[in-house]
Amino acid sequence: MLLTTVHFHLPMGTPKANPPTMRADLLAVAGLIQPGEKVLDLGCGDGMLLRYLIDTRQITGRGVELSEEGVLACMQKGLSVRQGDLHEGLGDYPNQSFDTVILSYTIPYLNDPAFVIKEMLRVGQRAIISFPNWGHWHCRLSFLLTGRIPITHDLPQAWDEAPRARPLTVQDFISFCIHNGIRILSDIYLNDSRRLSTGPGVNLLATTAIFELK
Amino acid sequence: MHKASPVLLVERKYFTFASDEPMILDSGERLGPITLAYETYGSLNKTRSNAILILHALSGDAHVAGYHSLTDKQPGWWDDCIGPGKAFDTDRYFIICSNIIGGCQGSTGPSSINAKNGKPYGLNFPVVTIADMVRAQRYLIDHLSIEKLMAVAGGSMGGMQVLQWIVSYPGRVRSALPIATTARHSPMLIAFSEVGRQAIYADPNWNGGDYYTGPHPNAGLALARMIGHITYLSETSMHQKFGRRLQEREHFGYDFDTDFAIEGYLRYKGSRFTERFDANSYLYVTKAMDYFDLSNGHGDLSAAFAESNHITYLVISFTTDWLYPPYHSKELVSALTAVGADVSYCNVQSSWGHDAFLLEVDTMTHLISNFLERVAQYQGISPDN
Repeated sequence: MLLTTVHFHLPMGTPKANPPTMRADLLAVAGLIQPGEKVLDLGCGDGMLLRYLIDTRQITGRGVELSEEGVLACMQKGLSVRQGDLHEGLGDYPNQSFDTVILSYTIPYLNDPAFVIKEMLRVGQRAIISFPNWGHWHCRLSFLLTGRIPITHDLPQAWDEAPRARPLTVQDFISFCIHNGIRILSDIYLNDSRRLSTGPGVNLLATTAIFELK
Repeated sequence: MHKASPVLLVERKYFTFASDEPMILDSGERLGPITLAYETYGSLNKTRSNAILILHALSGDAHVAGYHSLTDKQPGWWDDCIGPGKAFDTDRYFIICSNIIGGCQGSTGPSSINAKNGKPYGLNFPVVTIADMVRAQRYLIDHLSIEKLMAVAGGSMGGMQVLQWIVSYPGRVRSALPIATTARHSPMLIAFSEVGRQAIYADPNWNGGDYYTGPHPNAGLALARMIGHITYLSETSMHQKFGRRLQEREHFGYDFDTDFAIEGYLRYKGSRFTERFDANSYLYVTKAMDYFDLSNGHGDLSAAFAESNHITYLVISFTTDWLYPPYHSKELVSALTAVGADVSYCNVQSSWGHDAFLLEVDTMTHLISNFLERVAQYQGISPDN
């Protein structure tokens, strides 16, 4: 019974010392963006990534965000942001109207991830998707030892809390892409902020995965 | 009076045009000469690039902010949002608020004198549309020598004029802020308009619109306004503001005097309205709103916006607005997105119903000031250039 109270926290998302700090996964996503691109960020939150991309890569950026709080924060950062649900809103964008469509750390919260990913590839020349990896050995060990769904820094909600998150692993995502004929242009794996080399062990070692799709 | 900043004193101005060459209306009728009442706040910069046109709702007027004299009890209708340091910052932008044709607040309308016979037009005034109102405002903007408006903004019927501006004169507008509005008047809105008009027709004093020399149809107009006021509130805001509270009495009166506070409020609002509004104008302006459908003649809404996709948009709706519900704004946002426009949208959490566009000042100030700042920055517009 003792073990059931133990939470295995992944060391992700800890704020860094010197501002302006950018999460390592966001920096890795930014590294894939060319100067001057037209970028749509789905579930853009407070707009930190879009603002960073505009400041460092002179992109044209648009955001979609569900919460009013997020929309207000984006407006304060001088961003173009649209309040709405990704499932209803994506259909409005013309085919191939963006260079890149980003879905950063949002996928576990989607009702219909397959639909959103296909829409991203319709609207954008390419899609960049990042997510926390439940295949990481901490999660596996936690599940094995406690028999309970692991709770991590990135996805801190217990099963009964809103918003409900649906975990996925690197292997799940790769299988999805193969079955749906989606080409993986590149993949990046991070353990905390440390970049891992790609290889058979990544599903065990990565806390975050970033995929570039076409 | 607000104490945060010195009292903003303004005067109403008038611009008369179409004296020689009448303006042709959507109906095909010709109207002229036309006078438009307007007010301005702040100062125009050297390149005349910092002008923002504000458009008002059904019962509004050109007096959008500040005071006409030190003895005025009330400031202009959107004083919370327009002034130094406010959402529309008069220290940085040149604000113009234009009245509408068909109205009764200083612009040519059914209560104006028809030059042909020296009598008020009454129902001889031609039926006007939102597009006609905007056509007249374009003369005013030409007169002020403003090539491109930095922004066009307005709520409710003001929002309809904003949308008409971007469709009629897309080259004259850099950004647009349609607030709590719609791209087409719904059957429910037409129904409410018609009930308001029927209240006026049913008043014997209305006399087919010919009442300017005798008693005015105040009972009909007040009733129309009372119906309107119900639609501007929400059930929640009525609960919060009035509940089932009684009006100046402890117990039910078991008579037909005013029992409830909500009755007192509606009666007061109705009767106050007759002091400043003309019944015929109410007929003309509601009719103009009913005719409003941007997709008309364009196929669908996106087709109407095809020439307007270079404009930057901020669309705002309010969660409890059941008169112009959020889905009307979402439809607008969808159509603008489909043509590739840069559109920001916020559905503001509010309990105030349609009136929220006058009351949710903090959230609107945040949205509007940041949006205008972005537009100004992107276009290199400052008070000094």
